[in-house]
Amino acid sequence: MEKKNCRNAYGQALVDLGKKYDNVVALEADLGKSTMSYMFGDAYPERYFQVGIAEQNMASMAAGLALTGKVAFVNSFAVFSSGRAYDQIRSSICIPNLNVRICGSSAGLSDYGDGKTHQSVDDIAIMRVLPHMTVLSPVDAVETEKMVAALGELKGPAYIRINRNDLPVYTDPDAEYHIGKISTIREGKDVVVFGSGVMVSQAMAAAEELEKEGISVRVVNISTIKPLDVAALKACCEGVKGVVTAEEHNIYGGLGSAVCEALSDSRLPIKMVGLQDTFGRSAENYQLLLEKYHLMPADVAAAVKAVLGA
Amino acid sequence: MHYTAQDIQDVKRKAIDIRADILQMIPNGKVGHLGGSCSAADFTAALYFKHMKVFDDPKNPARDRCIFSKGHAVLAQYACFVELGYVDRSELPKVKTINGILQGHPDMDLTPGIEAVTGSLGQGLSVALGMALGLKLDKSDSRVFAVLGDGEISEGQIWEAAMAATVYKADNLCAILDHNGVQATDVTEKVFPIHNIQEKWRAFGWHVIEIDGHNIEQILAALDEAKATKGQPTLIYANTVKGKGFAFAEGKAKYHNAAMTEEEYQQALQAIEQARKEVG
Repeated sequence: MEKKNCRNAYGQALVDLGKKYDNVVALEADLGKSTMSYMFGDAYPERYFQVGIAEQNMASMAAGLALTGKVAFVNSFAVFSSGRAYDQIRSSICIPNLNVRICGSSAGLSDYGDGKTHQSVDDIAIMRVLPHMTVLSPVDAVETEKMVAALGELKGPAYIRINRNDLPVYTDPDAEYHIGKISTIREGKDVVVFGSGVMVSQAMAAAEELEKEGISVRVVNISTIKPLDVAALKACCEGVKGVVTAEEHNIYGGLGSAVCEALSDSRLPIKMVGLQDTFGRSAENYQLLLEKYHLMPADVAAAVKAVLGA
Repeated sequence: MHYTAQDIQDVKRKAIDIRADILQMIPNGKVGHLGGSCSAADFTAALYFKHMKVFDDPKNPARDRCIFSKGHAVLAQYACFVELGYVDRSELPKVKTINGILQGHPDMDLTPGIEAVTGSLGQGLSVALGMALGLKLDKSDSRVFAVLGDGEISEGQIWEAAMAATVYKADNLCAILDHNGVQATDVTEKVFPIHNIQEKWRAFGWHVIEIDGHNIEQILAALDEAKATKGQPTLIYANTVKGKGFAFAEGKAKYHNAAMTEEEYQQALQAIEQARKEVG
């Protein structure tokens, strides 16, 4: 299956957005060559603000730029852009509902070498709890491009979580994209798996294996975690015997929690695949971390069987 | 710029109006940030009623912007908004009430004239800087003012913004440090003594002007000097008195956020009358 890099897609999409809209600006805190926001800086140096390693100032400066009519993209690793600047995002950006986009790059465990301090297991939770905030987690490079394009028009703040590595491409480049929509990647009737980011591909692999055992799994990509399309989500549950959520994030507060909130009046059994209330660690490669923290297709498959009572 | 005696008197009158309006907002028995609002009252009057480009429409794009990073002192700004007609006078007693539009800290959605959300200390200078750079991108000649508290500058983000402002040569940005020497729990010298403040800002690349923050001539001259200073931002280091204008409150940490007694309130009203007689 074709794989493409999400952060490269992000950087190029930002350049394209800057070409379309004069009012798009970007800020970065000495990680532009990792987030790929440097590409925007090369294209539009006058609209690119290097603030040094100062994420709090960066977030509040973005608020100030937004207050002069700009759409401001704040760029850093997910742990820093969300966590280090949390109160600035809350107070300067979210309370006044400003057009600031926070890029959480190298999200989840995808920065495998750098370890706990650089791996975000909590970013979706802390961004999701903020009123006004839209929370996005693209499944692949193509969806990343479409999301960034859509962020040119969105009113209010948004957080976009970007994986550092190459991911399989499921999104049709020609398909229409809207923030807030969920998409079924694979049809199935026994169990539905709601996944985000890299876990969609893990769920797809699980579904293929389970099909050989006669278990039919629907895989749904939830790339807009907030606001969650609850009606569409419930429609995806019709006829199934159970629900599994799959995320590269702590099971507390992330996609799994959001799905459970949406299905709180449902009698369907639900199992959550995700980090079990733990931080990450360093590893030689990404795959080793996905294995260690039980984020593999086999883990999704086991959860599917568990909800089926098999 | 030359100011006539009439100009100076006009600003002095407005400063008294601000203090009188503050008394309407927090009459005896109602808790409010009297001290920091009154230390800021004189330069706030000079900003809104003499120095800044201000229009009938608080959203006019050509306006100068003022952000109280020390958001708790917003009562001084509310008073200006009433005098400018942005906010109806009937809102003054409704400050911090369920149906009022004047919040405990600045809220740009509810209050016309407020430029940003502040109150969580240390963020307003960064917001002002972002605004200043946005205005430069738009080729606007509007200026941005950020009012800082001396207690507030213990926040690390202030110094992040101070560095960035000189990197970007934000000469359309002017910070006013309301150096009243008192913070929430006690005098700043006891709580967290920060010394050589002017040297610190100069070392960060700012043009620094020290003034008596209650002297209208000095305030206006400093604002003009800041405007004429190119290639770097300016910090006006304003020596002020917390609770200025009300003797019972001056220099006292208690009136950072407190309610006046009936007796104190009567003294405050008398102080306003006395000030009006003196200024004419």
